[in-house]
Amino acid sequence: MDQIIEILIAACLVISGVFGIVGSYGLIKLNDPMSRLHAPTKATTLGVGGVLIASILHSMLSENHLSLHELLITLFLFLTAPITANFIAKAHIHRHETPETLPPAGEDQKWATHDIPQDNPAAD
Amino acid sequence: MTRLLSRFFPHPHLTLLLTVVWLLLVNSFSLNSLLFGFFLGIVIPFVTRPYWPDRPVLRRPMKIAEYVLVVLYDIVMANIVVAGIVLFKRNADRKPAWICVPIELRSPEAITVLAGTITMTPGTVTADLSAEGHNLLVHCLDAPDPDAVRDEIKARYERRLMEIFE
Repeated sequence: MDQIIEILIAACLVISGVFGIVGSYGLIKLNDPMSRLHAPTKATTLGVGGVLIASILHSMLSENHLSLHELLITLFLFLTAPITANFIAKAHIHRHETPETLPPAGEDQKWATHDIPQDNPAAD
Repeated sequence: MTRLLSRFFPHPHLTLLLTVVWLLLVNSFSLNSLLFGFFLGIVIPFVTRPYWPDRPVLRRPMKIAEYVLVVLYDIVMANIVVAGIVLFKRNADRKPAWICVPIELRSPEAITVLAGTITMTPGTVTADLSAEGHNLLVHCLDAPDPDAVRDEIKARYERRLMEIFE
């Protein structure tokens, strides 16, 4: 029984390690800034998730006490990671994209990042 | 009575959530930490109320569990697909694309959840919202068929969020 538990925990750690390294490799390999943004979202989901599941399993099955701290790490990651990614994407749009290089924004004419008030001379 | 209640509990769900988060932070259950968590759960929504005047309406809270399971399943599946793209696909063969996803959701909380979900499922990142909030700008790592990605986002996530929020 102990051995099965250990194999299970080790499997979770290996899976998360593999996805972590693939995410890091993606940062080097992918060749444009927006694509590179995709690599870390992978490391923060399955990469971190695997470690956290392993940690919960270990404290529950090997140490016999329930530890759910790890769920909070997942929760905070899911709150913060999309916002970070959105900020980086917005910075990229500001610096490298014009309304012509992006798809049309439908009935709203513009994407929010390009929607700079015209009467403000400092905004140009 | 209800006015008094909503004065002291502007966000009852947030009160509950903060209590649970505090208990998880303490990582052990005791009456002491339960009471302190509940105290935080009352004070924090009360103090931050001016910044969040409208209470989000959850029409079918039970659907949240289904939504979480669908998203977790998609995250695992998309991770494997994206790992394949990163490891085995040459950059020249990869077709990154911007796509515009028209959204019917109107409540800011629902749009935030949708945008966060799109970012957390590997392969797609929410980059921007259109000026009046009617479209999401999504970047895809590899999208040979951008229309299919748009339809999947609308069918899998937006439809379920519509049921939960609106």
